[in-house]
Amino acid sequence: MNLDLTADQRAIRDEAGRFLDENSSSKDVRLIVDAGGGTDEALWRTVARDLGWCAMSIPEECGGLGLGMTEMSLLMEVCGAHLACMPLWSTACLAAPLLVETGNERARETLLPAIAGGEISATVAWPALAHAEQLNAISATARAEGDGYRLEGEVAMVADLPGADLILVPARLPDGTVALFALDRTLPLKIAALKTLDATRPLGALSLTDLAVPAEARVDENGIGASAAERALAFGILGLAAEQLGAARAVMDLTLAYIGERVQFGRTIASFQAIKHRCAKLEVDFAEARSLVYGATAGFSDWSGEEANAEVAAARVLASELLFRAVEESIQLHGGVGFTWEYDPHLYFKRAQASNALLGAPEGHLDAIADAIIGRGAEV
Amino acid sequence: MSEAEGIKALRTEAAQWLAEHLTGKYAPLRHRGGSGDGDAFPVLRKEWERELASGRWTCPGWPREYGGRGLSIAEQVAFQEEYGLAGGPGRMGHIGEGLVGPTLIAFGTDDQKSRFLPGILNGTEFWCQGYSEPSAGSDLGNIKTRARLDPATGDWLVTGQKVWTSLAHLSDWIFVLARCEEGSVGRNGLIFLLMKIDQPGVEIRPIRQIGGGAEFNEVFFADARADARDVVGQPGDGWRIAMALLGFERGISTLGQQMSFAQELDLIIEIAKENGAALRPAIRHRIARAWIGLRAMRYLAMRVLSTDPDGDVQREGLSYKYHWSNWHRDLGKLAMDVLGPEANIIADDWRRERLQQLFLFSRADTIYGGTNEIQLNILAEQGLGMPREPRGALK
Repeated sequence: MNLDLTADQRAIRDEAGRFLDENSSSKDVRLIVDAGGGTDEALWRTVARDLGWCAMSIPEECGGLGLGMTEMSLLMEVCGAHLACMPLWSTACLAAPLLVETGNERARETLLPAIAGGEISATVAWPALAHAEQLNAISATARAEGDGYRLEGEVAMVADLPGADLILVPARLPDGTVALFALDRTLPLKIAALKTLDATRPLGALSLTDLAVPAEARVDENGIGASAAERALAFGILGLAAEQLGAARAVMDLTLAYIGERVQFGRTIASFQAIKHRCAKLEVDFAEARSLVYGATAGFSDWSGEEANAEVAAARVLASELLFRAVEESIQLHGGVGFTWEYDPHLYFKRAQASNALLGAPEGHLDAIADAIIGRGAEV
Repeated sequence: MSEAEGIKALRTEAAQWLAEHLTGKYAPLRHRGGSGDGDAFPVLRKEWERELASGRWTCPGWPREYGGRGLSIAEQVAFQEEYGLAGGPGRMGHIGEGLVGPTLIAFGTDDQKSRFLPGILNGTEFWCQGYSEPSAGSDLGNIKTRARLDPATGDWLVTGQKVWTSLAHLSDWIFVLARCEEGSVGRNGLIFLLMKIDQPGVEIRPIRQIGGGAEFNEVFFADARADARDVVGQPGDGWRIAMALLGFERGISTLGQQMSFAQELDLIIEIAKENGAALRPAIRHRIARAWIGLRAMRYLAMRVLSTDPDGDVQREGLSYKYHWSNWHRDLGKLAMDVLGPEANIIADDWRRERLQQLFLFSRADTIYGGTNEIQLNILAEQGLGMPREPRGALK
């Protein structure tokens, strides 16, 4: 396994960084936040349609560029650093991989090309749980009726609702199969926009009350199997971990800049060893988390079951914990201004806690890792 | 043959050779002689070095013209991993192979190369490192050992004391950093000397360690002699040579070390399953975290050893020592907590013994080779560009 980035990969990352420096600065993010949250529509249009970021990891036969998870992760890292207010993660890391893994002809010939071309955004109504538990926890149900289906169920928190153009809903059929439904906005959907502490990523509640959908809304080929779900979720988890890494790096860098200028007792506070050592420890955590995320991401192409799943879970644990620690240190080291609205740490602080809970909090992932490496129940 | 195929072939060759040779009289050496266990089976482990040499497995990273195999870093990593997997014992020749050899290849005279490299390559001459002193630990520039030129012979006469010298009592040669310019301070005025240990004026006293063994020593010099031919670099230029030597330790051997860490973790899991500790949620999470840390360590090492020109990778490499040493120390505590009350009982049980040694000796990991505190200074100053620590005025 080679973890070196290629020249092309570095170019993708660096160009994305320059683009977001210009188009998703702190000032741009604050326009969205001060308006109560949402999507930066102009930014999203450019990213999705002109820059083709959604196409990155979609196979070429489905209209994408056919690049790997590594390229997508690098983009997510840059997006995390800028807290970019757009549905790239939900579209490219949640919805597209699920369609790639489980989709039928319509998914592959119509929906994925539309995502790759930046024509639509999409999201998945997964419960907020560690990935091993996702399939079992699906409570939405579907039953065939006439030419279509009837859907029933509630999903409390769905990323990038109400904005998403397409909502993918895994729902259980009476025979136990989990089917995948693609709901577009022509359907009479009940979606409540949720007020969130983290205004950089919208969340919505989806209610399906005896919703009639046409047969073509079902877009899975043969149901969502456990291993397909795991792979699709792993993509989302690694994308999120990369985003958390990027956010951590950014908040560490802005903190270093601040303490390098702030003078007390006739010296910059960055010169105090108590502060240097705290920053250095964070740097160790960062190197550890980034290495694991890169390693797990590089291993994504030759996926090998339980061990790979454990590594993906581990990437989430480290990245989630890193980001939170980086931000709490940032607030502390900023002193009084650290808990003001005017300085940026609070934006990262809220993102850190909100993203911590998406697709399962660290404790759940730790349980999954322990199960994989020690065994569970009677095996122990 | 592609690079990947070449590595695969090398792995097969190494695994097969080790399976055939690390057996019979060498079988007791498996998994022995690692950190904290360095004085185990010294005579047999020296023989093992000659056995390795017979298979051309000593110094595989050295250039071919000096008798090595000229392996790339990726190939050296592969060999280290196979060596670790096979339970290859701690290398008595490590200091010679990994530190002295590359230093002489880079800075040595032809005469030095021809006199010293073959003994290292053949596994017949063993080296130890004379850097630390009682008042020069983390502050290595504070060296007080003196080297005085003997005008009659051109030799250097060395007086002073070194400490924490690993395996000095089992070595033939020591490289010594000493002060050769009267009145010089810090990094200036130092000399890098190669000295024979078995001579009048060199006395070795073992230091008994926390685990009961004694792989470290104090080394006393009283007008001990370094041959005029055995200065590396110029007198006064010792600091540069000394630092270059440390730079050759790029951490390739740590990939082998990680194999041994993985075996320790496996052992802990095995015992936790037997004694029921593996049913306790808090222990399960700690084991999961240990596994995570080891995985991250592996990927971090792979990135650091790569030739990636990315500046980020260089910076993140500074974290490596802090990460592995603290991880290992925590693993020692986890091992004891999994053993429970039995951790305190000494018994004729190799598994328990190994974990007890892990618990005790891993305390050294965060001290030698740059303490935690020094590592954090390096990270802050070199990695993050934060202000340097002020120097004190006390002598």
